[in-house]
Amino acid sequence: MRFTREAQWPLLTLLLTLFLMLGLSGPARAAGDLESALSELAKANFTRKSQLVDEIARLEDPRVSPVLTAFLDGALYQHKSSRAFVAFSGQDKGVNLLSGESIEGLKKRDFRKVAINNALRGKLRGIMAELQLRNPSLETRRTAAREMLKSQDAATLPLLKRAREKETDGDVRDLLAISIAQLNALHGEDDEIRIAAIRQLDGVLYPEVRVVLNKVAASVSAAEAKTGTVEAAAHEALKQIEGLISLNKTAENLYFGISLGSVLLLSAVGLAITFGVMGVINMAHGEMMMLGAYTTFVIQQAFPNAIDVSLFFAIPAAFLVAGGVGVLIERGIIRHLYGRPLETLLATFGISLVLQQAVRTIFSPLNQSVSTPSWMSGTLEINGALALTYNRLYIILFSLCVLAGLILLLKKTLFGLQMRAVTQNRRMASSMGIRTGWVDALTFGLGSGIAGVAGVALSQLTNVGPNLGQAYIIDSFMVVVFGGVGNLMGTFIGAMSLGIANKFLEPFAGAVLAKILILVFIILYIQKYPRGMFALKGRSAGD
Amino acid sequence: MKFLPRKMSLGAAALMLSVSSVSAYAADTIKVGVLHSLSGTMAISETTLKDTVLMLVEEQNKKGGLLGKKLEAVVVDPASNWPLFAEKARELIEKDKVDVVFGCWTSVSRKSVLPVFEELNGLLFYPVQYEGEESSKNVFYTGAAPNQQAVPAVDYLMNEVGVKRWVLAGTDYVYPRTTNKILEAYLKDKGVAAEDIMINYTPFGHSDWQSIVADIKKFGSAGKKTAVVSTINGDANVPFYKELGNQGLSAEDIPVVAFSVGEEELSGLDTAPLVGHLAAWNYFMSIEDDTNSEFISTWKKFIKNDKRVTNDPMEAHYIGFNMWAQAVEKAGTTDVSKVQEAIIGVTVPNLTGGYATMMPNHHITKPVLIGEIQEDGQFETVWQTTGTVVGDAWSDYLPGSKDLTADWMAPLSCGNYNVKTGKCSGQNY
Repeated sequence: MRFTREAQWPLLTLLLTLFLMLGLSGPARAAGDLESALSELAKANFTRKSQLVDEIARLEDPRVSPVLTAFLDGALYQHKSSRAFVAFSGQDKGVNLLSGESIEGLKKRDFRKVAINNALRGKLRGIMAELQLRNPSLETRRTAAREMLKSQDAATLPLLKRAREKETDGDVRDLLAISIAQLNALHGEDDEIRIAAIRQLDGVLYPEVRVVLNKVAASVSAAEAKTGTVEAAAHEALKQIEGLISLNKTAENLYFGISLGSVLLLSAVGLAITFGVMGVINMAHGEMMMLGAYTTFVIQQAFPNAIDVSLFFAIPAAFLVAGGVGVLIERGIIRHLYGRPLETLLATFGISLVLQQAVRTIFSPLNQSVSTPSWMSGTLEINGALALTYNRLYIILFSLCVLAGLILLLKKTLFGLQMRAVTQNRRMASSMGIRTGWVDALTFGLGSGIAGVAGVALSQLTNVGPNLGQAYIIDSFMVVVFGGVGNLMGTFIGAMSLGIANKFLEPFAGAVLAKILILVFIILYIQKYPRGMFALKGRSAGD
Repeated sequence: MKFLPRKMSLGAAALMLSVSSVSAYAADTIKVGVLHSLSGTMAISETTLKDTVLMLVEEQNKKGGLLGKKLEAVVVDPASNWPLFAEKARELIEKDKVDVVFGCWTSVSRKSVLPVFEELNGLLFYPVQYEGEESSKNVFYTGAAPNQQAVPAVDYLMNEVGVKRWVLAGTDYVYPRTTNKILEAYLKDKGVAAEDIMINYTPFGHSDWQSIVADIKKFGSAGKKTAVVSTINGDANVPFYKELGNQGLSAEDIPVVAFSVGEEELSGLDTAPLVGHLAAWNYFMSIEDDTNSEFISTWKKFIKNDKRVTNDPMEAHYIGFNMWAQAVEKAGTTDVSKVQEAIIGVTVPNLTGGYATMMPNHHITKPVLIGEIQEDGQFETVWQTTGTVVGDAWSDYLPGSKDLTADWMAPLSCGNYNVKTGKCSGQNY
């Protein structure tokens, strides 16, 4: 049996309406059926769960939103014996989702978690975004609107339009407008609407927009697209966006470089004191950072409920712990070895091994988990293509503060003066009545303490384990030697230029080759300028 | 010159005395060598495996040992130092006269001890997933070969998740390079275009992932579903996942499937940014099975810590140890050559409710599981192979090794038999 092309449409529409009607009347559950849907959800496989989520979302029940939120957050649990559904909000606290009462003193092991996978999470996020576009909280609406950018489903168009009309906040309205333009560009009724929508998307940097434009443009290549067609408009908009993105990419690279530079600076600035000012080749410098990182871990373990403020306590604690160990090392070992660089190198290398193994014995050889405070996670979104990560931003600021504090200490305090006097001319300083031994110990302690503070910052970026120090010791020496021994500004500029150079090389050369190129460059540079970028001149240069 | 032979004969006599005393001692117990790093970089992973072997030995002794003798573990520390692995292996076989060795983690350590085991005819059980392309008469590979981990994981992403664009990210050494070479060939074989594959290598312990994650983000915004296949080694994973989380790449947008992140690695880090990312293994601690829960409770009791987790290489040692024990009983001796023959075809239960069999190519059969990382650092199994997969020593997707097969049974008895030319190329591996 054959249909003519025209005759197929009404038939299809009829079939579709029938399906829709069946579909709506079939699985629709009564309002009280949230309970039955949930108990099926707990047992179902992932394919069935996906259908159940749809059914639950369609229920006209105020409890739907908290249930789905808990499910999305992985906080939805079922009690093993009473079969009650609970959303955990802490270690032992939760809310009974069906009765709405909050309960305390729960034990997680009496509960079974309702499992969730990625496909479900993605789906739930979409559903939640739709629900949350009506949320009274501005922040929630903004996140929901941002999430809706991912939607390419024409069915959400009326919902978006309604939300946009009611929306009072400008940013959210803009986001919704982009979503609407995306859907029009994809599914618009005629070319005019689609082209207008594409024009609207011109210059919008969100990655989702590029996905949509690529999809629209995909059928025809840029060279073949005739002017005035949808595809040509999409290609043009894409070209504009790519141009803007490459500009942002450069800004992003610069930010990455500065943030790598600030990590290098933090790890090197302590060494700039012990090695740069005192001339001790301190191979245990990395382990001082490790001690600082472990101090953070211990503090977080001691106060598990105060993760957000833990770093503020960890910074002085790490300074004291690492600084104290530094003073002990100086008094116990290094002071007997001044003027014998090779022996100092071997002795401090030995100390580094001892410290590593000590940590392995005390804390176990496994890495320890240090939590990131909530205010340090996330990104500061400048525009759709450029987002600065908060943790890096704080570390950049922190490293600058440490550097500034150290410079002030050296230049403006009595201790700084004594320290510079002792390192420049020990005998003269001694005859002026300075206790040089004491100053040596404190200087070494200061360098070590700053390494400990750097460890606190590193605990937010990398593994806290016995090998933490080893990963940074080479970089630290590289920075100090390149910047010029004995010069803090040299260390700063050295760290920043190495960080930025590394990040600009990486996209072309790859991470491995970039690192090698930097090392080769430093070797060549040191050949030509053995004293680094900022060599000390005159008497203070010593020999 | 006359005194020299006399001195030599004296020395020889002394040597014989000492040897006979050792062998007299050895007759009382069966010695099990443990060659895992207890210090240095790899201590983080290998210490657990040493403890696992000690536990297995203890359990076996509770059951009355083997052949009426008690087992005795001999532990050495190769300190994450590859040449030292070879020295310690020699020490174990020549000086301590161990009957079997359980050990090694990195491929380079295995390559370094291989000549020693072949020269002295020792027996090594290697418990870690590896890049394949090897089959030695003296080594039994109880970890996964690429076709038991990497290839099924890619199949899962391709068929179940619908991934069209691929990032192959790895640490720059032999395992990721070989695995990625196999995966690249496999993907191209399945019709993936070259511009849809991005390959990236980073140094050991890489900690600054900003640019790479930004690149992945850009690569993933081309409108096709993108996934990262990660062969990034242990320590570098934490900063990698942290950066992914920080730059706002969630598992729903771009899932990462990892081959070296297990329960043990997860216990050392803040799992919040990792939830939903994937790992492919042959065992998960979360598998609900009676043998598994018994193994877990024995382990927790042995290590005296209720928080310790179990992982895939531990299961590999569990299987390897039981296979060896069964082969020794079957052969009635601990003699290496006899055990080598007896162990082929030995079948023991694994911890996921199935069985593992030692194949003639010295690899074993394993189920492949894909799990999603959960908040508590455990995996939720989202997919698994219907049966078990036979480990393949030589990959079917690499031009050089397509025609090679390993079969250590008579009459072939060869680790790299070329099916086309009908020749065994003569190397022992």
